[in-house]
Amino acid sequence: MTKLLRPTTIVSLLVVLLCLVMAFAPQLIAPGDPLAGTPRDRLLPPSAEHLFGTDSLGRDVFTRVVHGAWLSLAAATAAVLIGGVVGGAIGLLCGAARGRVGTAIDFVVMRFVDVLIAVPGILLALIVVATLGFGPWSIALGVGLGAAGSFARIMRAQVLRVRGEEYVEAAAVLGVRPLGVLGRHILPNAARPVLAMAALELGTAVLSVSAISFLGFGVAPPAPEWGALVSSGRDYIATSWWLTVLPGAVIVGVVLAVTRLARVIGEAR
Amino acid sequence: MNILEVENLQVRYRVGRRRVEAVRGIDLSVPRGGIVALVGESGSGKSSVSQALIRRLAANGEIVGGSVCFDGQDLLKLPMKRMRSIRGGAIGFVPQDPNSSLNPTLRIGEQLVEGLRLHLRLGREEAAERAVRILGDVGLSHPEARARQYPHELSGGMKQRVLIGMAWSCDPQLVIADEPTSALDVTVQRLVLDQMQQLASDRGTAVLMVTHDLGVAADRAEQVVVMRHGEVVDAGPTSAVLHAPTHEYTRDLVAAAPGLNSVRLSASAPSSAQAEPPHPLLEIRDLRKTFSLRRPGAAPEPFTAVDGVSLTVPAGRTVALVGESGSGKTTTARMAARIGTADSGSVLLDGRDVTTLTGDPLRQLRRDVQVVYQNPFGSLDPRLSVARIIAEPLRAFGIGGRREQQRTALELLDSVQLAQTLADRRPAELSGGQRQRVAIARALALSPRLLVLDEPVSALDVSVQQQVLQLLVDLKAERGVGYLFITHDFGVVRQIADEVVVMRQGRVVEQGPAERLLGTPDHEYTRALLEAVPGAAAR
Repeated sequence: MTKLLRPTTIVSLLVVLLCLVMAFAPQLIAPGDPLAGTPRDRLLPPSAEHLFGTDSLGRDVFTRVVHGAWLSLAAATAAVLIGGVVGGAIGLLCGAARGRVGTAIDFVVMRFVDVLIAVPGILLALIVVATLGFGPWSIALGVGLGAAGSFARIMRAQVLRVRGEEYVEAAAVLGVRPLGVLGRHILPNAARPVLAMAALELGTAVLSVSAISFLGFGVAPPAPEWGALVSSGRDYIATSWWLTVLPGAVIVGVVLAVTRLARVIGEAR
Repeated sequence: MNILEVENLQVRYRVGRRRVEAVRGIDLSVPRGGIVALVGESGSGKSSVSQALIRRLAANGEIVGGSVCFDGQDLLKLPMKRMRSIRGGAIGFVPQDPNSSLNPTLRIGEQLVEGLRLHLRLGREEAAERAVRILGDVGLSHPEARARQYPHELSGGMKQRVLIGMAWSCDPQLVIADEPTSALDVTVQRLVLDQMQQLASDRGTAVLMVTHDLGVAADRAEQVVVMRHGEVVDAGPTSAVLHAPTHEYTRDLVAAAPGLNSVRLSASAPSSAQAEPPHPLLEIRDLRKTFSLRRPGAAPEPFTAVDGVSLTVPAGRTVALVGESGSGKTTTARMAARIGTADSGSVLLDGRDVTTLTGDPLRQLRRDVQVVYQNPFGSLDPRLSVARIIAEPLRAFGIGGRREQQRTALELLDSVQLAQTLADRRPAELSGGQRQRVAIARALALSPRLLVLDEPVSALDVSVQQQVLQLLVDLKAERGVGYLFITHDFGVVRQIADEVVVMRQGRVVEQGPAERLLGTPDHEYTRALLEAVPGAAAR
């Protein structure tokens, strides 16, 4: 309980709550239009009126950051879901098959997973994006597949551990069918560390999605997205620091907060 | 004159924000050269006492009051530095588990030398000579060679002797032995205890022996102190306390102790089953199982765990399969229950060969054959509620609807004498005895005709053990189940077995009706096992 009351944890929780509001109801925080610019107000530094300043087309950067939260966070969440489900399923099946029918299957699949882990995640995501076309959802798929390898390994290790537990053998001896044992006893007991890792992976995914958008493979230009915002501010970095630094600081803050919470959740177990 | 005087000792632990009083003011004294046994069930605080005496409590424990007077000085007031020189010097300590109490990276001799040099300030050579002599004193053969060996090259009994040698190495005035033999087989236990007693009388050392085994206490101790819930409930000379117990709790303990009590348990209610001639329910014929032992740096060696075992379990009877660790009794039981596969031989249920069943036919076999495991902490899924655990076999075979299953589960809770209010709890919230009852209820859910019980009571306290055994006897009378009962404990065999099979090194050395085999055993190994059961002095 005391861990939940630490100041860093409380701040992290507030940041994550703010993110959720930004993603689902951006109007509450920034009522303006993220796409509408006033050319007269271009490249204004941060002020009370424009918290994060304005960009080269006179659009309010704060409004664009708030409205960009949905795309960035949704893509990151989708990436973790894809990675967790695909990797978890592979790990579960390999762990369950090993030593019975599928030691060979397990061996082949896990070597494939080794290759997946060996290839840098960003590179893998870029390959997927280049194949499927630009856009936030192909980034999500790419980042998710990059993380799937680690998920598969953890899940498999957990399944192998739980499979050795006496209650699993006891269930089989009671007459529970093999699939029943897998779904009812092995999966729930093996899933905890995988869930903790998913929470941890969310922060990394936000960063990866932003990084790939920064490279220009994300959303089409007028739509706001965090990585793309940093990228478009790059041209003005000598004169207008706020265009890169402030959206970048938001990304860093969110990643730190999510990671911090994930650690608290992981420790609490 | 007493070497150790404990007055009003109080120990408590911090658990989260709560404080748990583990020892609530006990008094205890050990005379010079005397052997005192501190007896109690798990949770009675006896181990906390032994740790508090040498001020080695767990990090969350603290001594809140009292005094520990050793040889005229209060140990609780000594500075830590003085205390360290007393530990291992004037007070020796024999730990519970020999397998985790020696440093695996040091030779046996080196570990003895360490203490000798520290406490007696001996030179390197002198200490090494002394170490070899100590190993000889505790009855190890070839002490020079043993001193150069590593702990993993020694058996459990040999390691415990080394630890005893270590405790006595610096001529202590008092040795505290915390469950010194509970990890050992009975025949080994007997030798180790003999050794301890010998050393104590030769050197005039006082011994405080902490044990849960009343048999051991009755055989070895001059005085007994009985603890319960952190308090001393009974104390005095062994003959008075254990042979003619006056306190109610002591009387219950003595009655429940399998070593002391040779009474056969009978069903609480008269049997409703007809006295029909029992037909063979389970037959095992010439079962064999070989494992390959892999040692680093050597070719895999075949190891025959079970070597041509045959036995029969008649319907509604209890067959006890007895042996020491490594005798192959568990492997045999696992093959009989069709958990493990046999290399050769056959398993017959009702005359039908089930040795090679796989897939669904094997699953259907579970309606007739169920298993109760040794460890009630490992065999229940920690995430399921008690009701769901018990209903699981019904669910697996699709017997009845959800509501009906729930009702059956509650009935089964009744029949193993657990309150129905426990149905929604999880295993972690239950005690060991309660969990084992849940495991038995689950095994009975399908009304099997054969239960294979692998050491079902060895992880339980004696009084709980007694209740679970009584439950098993009652259920047998009620339902006519046959039991294949694996155990290492002859006390338990006496209480419940109809027939006994004694195994050693993978072979059956003797089998026959319990009365005959326990009364007049033919084989000398059986006789040795029976004599080694602690508590002989009390019988």
